[in-house]
Amino acid sequence: MAIVRQIGAGVIDGLSYLGALAILGGRAGYFTFIGPFQGKRLRIGRAMAQAMEVGVRALPILSLITFFIGLILALQSAYELKRFGALNFVANAVAISMTRELGPLITAIIVIGRSGSAFAAEIGTMKVTEEIDALETMAINPVQFLVTPKFLAMILMLPCLTIWANSMGMIGGSVFGVLQADFTFVRYIRASLDALFLRDVVTGLIKSVMFGMTITAVGCLEGLRTDGGAEQVGRSTTRAVVISIFMVILVDLVFTMLFFFLGGK
Amino acid sequence: MVNVAQDHDRRAKSNEPMISIRDLRVAYSGREILHGITFDVMKGETLVILGGSGSGKSTLLRTLVGLEKPTSGEVWMAGKNFAQISDAERDEIRKRIGMSFQGGALFGSMSVGENVSLPLREHTQLEDSTIEIMVRLKLDQVGLSGFEQFMPSQLSGGMKKRAAVARALAMDPEILFFDEPSAGLDPIIAAGIDQLILELKKAFHMTIIVVTHELASAFLIADRMVLINKGDVVAMGTVKEMQNSTHPKVRQFLDRIPEPAVAQELDYLQMLTEAQPRPSDARGKR
Repeated sequence: MAIVRQIGAGVIDGLSYLGALAILGGRAGYFTFIGPFQGKRLRIGRAMAQAMEVGVRALPILSLITFFIGLILALQSAYELKRFGALNFVANAVAISMTRELGPLITAIIVIGRSGSAFAAEIGTMKVTEEIDALETMAINPVQFLVTPKFLAMILMLPCLTIWANSMGMIGGSVFGVLQADFTFVRYIRASLDALFLRDVVTGLIKSVMFGMTITAVGCLEGLRTDGGAEQVGRSTTRAVVISIFMVILVDLVFTMLFFFLGGK
Repeated sequence: MVNVAQDHDRRAKSNEPMISIRDLRVAYSGREILHGITFDVMKGETLVILGGSGSGKSTLLRTLVGLEKPTSGEVWMAGKNFAQISDAERDEIRKRIGMSFQGGALFGSMSVGENVSLPLREHTQLEDSTIEIMVRLKLDQVGLSGFEQFMPSQLSGGMKKRAAVARALAMDPEILFFDEPSAGLDPIIAAGIDQLILELKKAFHMTIIVVTHELASAFLIADRMVLINKGDVVAMGTVKEMQNSTHPKVRQFLDRIPEPAVAQELDYLQMLTEAQPRPSDARGKR
């Protein structure tokens, strides 16, 4: 009985957490897309500053990592393709797995590490030092003031970063293609682009927007739930990273299944 | 309870209540912290809410500014029951109050000037140049002229509190709340903050509500005092009335008599659970 009770309690906790995420995401979405038409200010300046931090400053590390991932993908797929004498399909394999899956996912994971954790730490510190309370007593909505600019920055920057990641992955793959598979750089890139349908790219980008919402909601929710002292901020940050990675994989699964059954391919 | 109406010094001030609290009860994760608080805060007076750690005084203050939701009871402010109004109405009232938090709660990512100007930028349509002048005025009032460009991390504890008061004053509030204004400050700096409160009182005739356990500071700034113990109002009256009170709890608090030593483990646990500090209290004592 105790086990059943524990499972039940776990499920209820999980569902109520999802509910809290949905509420926070929904409020941020409201202040981003509907609020501005009802006279509520959208803080473009703050959103741009966030976009700079979330997006532009992530480029060097993202480029390096996705370049390596592309190269690894090429090596791994060549291992199998070589047996069929189909080494010239390396470009297809890299292009499709980057755009459909690894580009969005690796981007999301890097953004979680850089920004999801930073959101939780920033908002958590503000919670502990009563700055969130101060906002409320000044009649400033903390979600509108703090979460919405992050939300906007994330849903704009994640697709951009994903496109960048896809390209860097293909360039990484081309290194193998040129050195080992008789491609020239231009031919490798052309083969990659020929292998892609618009659908592959778009489904990846849709997923990346969803990842952006998820990461923002989890990071900010963990920050807002911080209670107690400074040591709790560290705990919130850790939780934000772990839960974000889990949630991103979950969202990935749901959308990949959705695309699979709806798209037929 | 001590009768208030006999105070002659206060006759100059209005008899009209600014805040009316009626049978206010607040529970925190299932445990009741305030067990039915009732009192009025008059317009233009400085009321000090006294009480030990875990007495519920901070919870009372947080409820008055709408940061905690009461389980029952009423808080009347500006003709509205603050405990049961829509978010939009609550925000309208909040624009007319100012709150200075224990640690200042200045936004670390903004300069002092940006901190003070934030409520003005959010809630008014004023020109930047006007806002700049108002920020300078507010900083002058708290004795921080010329500190607009400083970041909060560059300020000392006392200066942070002054900057926080300047931010609380930004919207020219009718009611000003202070949470432990002298907590964590040395006696000289704390006396400076007391002086600042007295100056504000004299200059603007604002209604000021201060939560503290510092007796010296309380006697200096208060028109009236409320003593809270374990979530109940024990006594209320003018400074003189409190000093002359014979109520055992008032005497214990004012004469700094410690709680009797606890012999039994069970009694100790009982005492702890009755007067367990809230997380935010523990935070302040860090």
